[in-house]
Amino acid sequence: MLYRTAGQFKTSYTADQALFPIRQDAYLLGIILIFAWVVFPLTASEFTFQTLLIPILIYSLAAMGLNILTGYAGQLSLGTAAFMGVGAYACYKMVTIMPWMNPVVAILLSGVFSAGVGVAFGIPSLRIKGFYLAIATLAAQFFLVWLFEKWAWLYNYNASGAIQVPNLKMFGVYIAGPQADSMIQYFVVLGIVTLLTLLCINLTRGNLGRTWKATRDMDIAAELIGINLMKSKLTAFMVSSYVVGVAGALFVFMWRGAAEPNLFDIPLSFRILFIAIIGGLGSIMGNYLGAILIVGLPVVLNTLPQTLGIPISSAMVEHLNIMIIGSLIIFFLIIEPHGLARLWALIREKLIIWPFPY
Amino acid sequence: MKDTEGYVTADGRQIGGVLMEMRNITLKFGGVVAIKDISFDIREGEVRAIIGPNGAGKSSMLNIISGFYTPSEGEVWYKGEKRPPMKPYEVARQGVARTFQNIALFEGMTVLDNIMTGRLTHMSAGLVSQAMWWGKARDEEIANREKVEEVIDFLEIQSIRKTPVGRLPYGLKKRVELARALAAEPSILLLDEPMAGMNVEEKEDMSRFILDVNDEFGTTIALIEHDMGVVMDISDRVVVMDYGKKIGDGTPDEVRNNQDVIDAYLGVQH
Repeated sequence: MLYRTAGQFKTSYTADQALFPIRQDAYLLGIILIFAWVVFPLTASEFTFQTLLIPILIYSLAAMGLNILTGYAGQLSLGTAAFMGVGAYACYKMVTIMPWMNPVVAILLSGVFSAGVGVAFGIPSLRIKGFYLAIATLAAQFFLVWLFEKWAWLYNYNASGAIQVPNLKMFGVYIAGPQADSMIQYFVVLGIVTLLTLLCINLTRGNLGRTWKATRDMDIAAELIGINLMKSKLTAFMVSSYVVGVAGALFVFMWRGAAEPNLFDIPLSFRILFIAIIGGLGSIMGNYLGAILIVGLPVVLNTLPQTLGIPISSAMVEHLNIMIIGSLIIFFLIIEPHGLARLWALIREKLIIWPFPY
Repeated sequence: MKDTEGYVTADGRQIGGVLMEMRNITLKFGGVVAIKDISFDIREGEVRAIIGPNGAGKSSMLNIISGFYTPSEGEVWYKGEKRPPMKPYEVARQGVARTFQNIALFEGMTVLDNIMTGRLTHMSAGLVSQAMWWGKARDEEIANREKVEEVIDFLEIQSIRKTPVGRLPYGLKKRVELARALAAEPSILLLDEPMAGMNVEEKEDMSRFILDVNDEFGTTIALIEHDMGVVMDISDRVVVMDYGKKIGDGTPDEVRNNQDVIDAYLGVQH
């Protein structure tokens, strides 16, 4: 009923290739955007901003970057956290060397550095693929984290070896650092994430997206119909690392407030990979669904038993969380390799023809 | 350059000059000689078939034409120029499109996206324009979509436009693959066993499409096929290969009466 598509005729290719060929999708997104921009900021508490809204957005962005590389271009990467680190450290150096710089510009520029590093570490993908490439990106992971630790210039030679986000102002308002307000930070993150999501959707539905998907599905055929595989893979690494780098800068500047090198260690890479897998490889929306699940689950597990009056220790919550997430990953790998996004697509397909299935 | 006048086929079509010429091609894999000193030409507008028993080196020859293999010896001449060693994607950009013996479609994409991929040699919008979906990228997307729709109409696959390729039956996949190659608007179209594994009806459809393509767009076609009946019916000239050597070359009638060809196919009494 809700998804009746009858009567929506396309009379031009422009209309058929619009972002939302089905009107209901546009309405749905409109409602989500209203919630994200208006309803949540009006109702959310400090706790909700810090434990749910901001991390969900940042993790979604990081997973989206990884998804472009792994889900669209088919190049498996285990170095996501390290590229996030590059973005974070680049942003830190920029705002400390040039304190007058607009912090949002600095965050967006920091992705450029991680894009460069990403392309450099993407070069092995020209010769190796699959698991072997995953190992090569693992090298990037270990090397970069080691570099964050040993290269004192990166953290301005301070004794702790960690980077501390300074107070940063934009238009007279603190947007980063200890004095920043959570709601302002949320809006900054939301703005950047919305913008990058739109750009990523456009890239993946256009010519470049098809080039990536062709490379993923059958690289030999792709080359024989005129795709330069080197270019295709390296642009995937570039775009992916850019997005991941921006996510890394947001991660530290808008959420954590400080970062040690081991924050960007391999568990973070895996966490983002899990989000991408559970959400759905080869889907943009899936990253959001995956991040909501991975970030939201521990919060729900923490608060739900308390509100219901069930006594449960925090260690137990931790164990439950690991068990549930672990079994979900296995479930999705076996039952639905395309993740939550595919589940939604199936529901939508069924809704469109409901109540007559044929 | 040899003669450029061409000839007139039995059904009265004018065939143009030499489009592609293979000169003394030899292909070796280590000690194995897959192709030995083969020369032939493909003329503009003709349907040229390469036939031969299993293992004769037909597919290797097609792979040389599409740039996937580099010949050990010999030269490929294309549009009157000697082709330097180049990557397969560069060959594709020069107007050589092909289909594959085992279907090589992009299974995760829809039919429309697969065929659009065939047009990517005609698209050049930059990263930024594509990310914005504005300006050149958008115009290109629409213009190329129109071209793709022409191909979709031509091959009568309108109804499966938005179906993921993985869900299609074999015969349709073959047709989509042909559509993807056609979408590139190639000067020369290579078909590697376009009718393998099809039933009679599907073969008839495919033959009709191949002839229509040749007729309508004037596309030069080089094809490998095992079904002798089909080959003799649709091709203008035939090259026959056996054990990596060329044993016959000419019109279907000439080839049919060639003693070497008969021996290769029927066996010879020792």
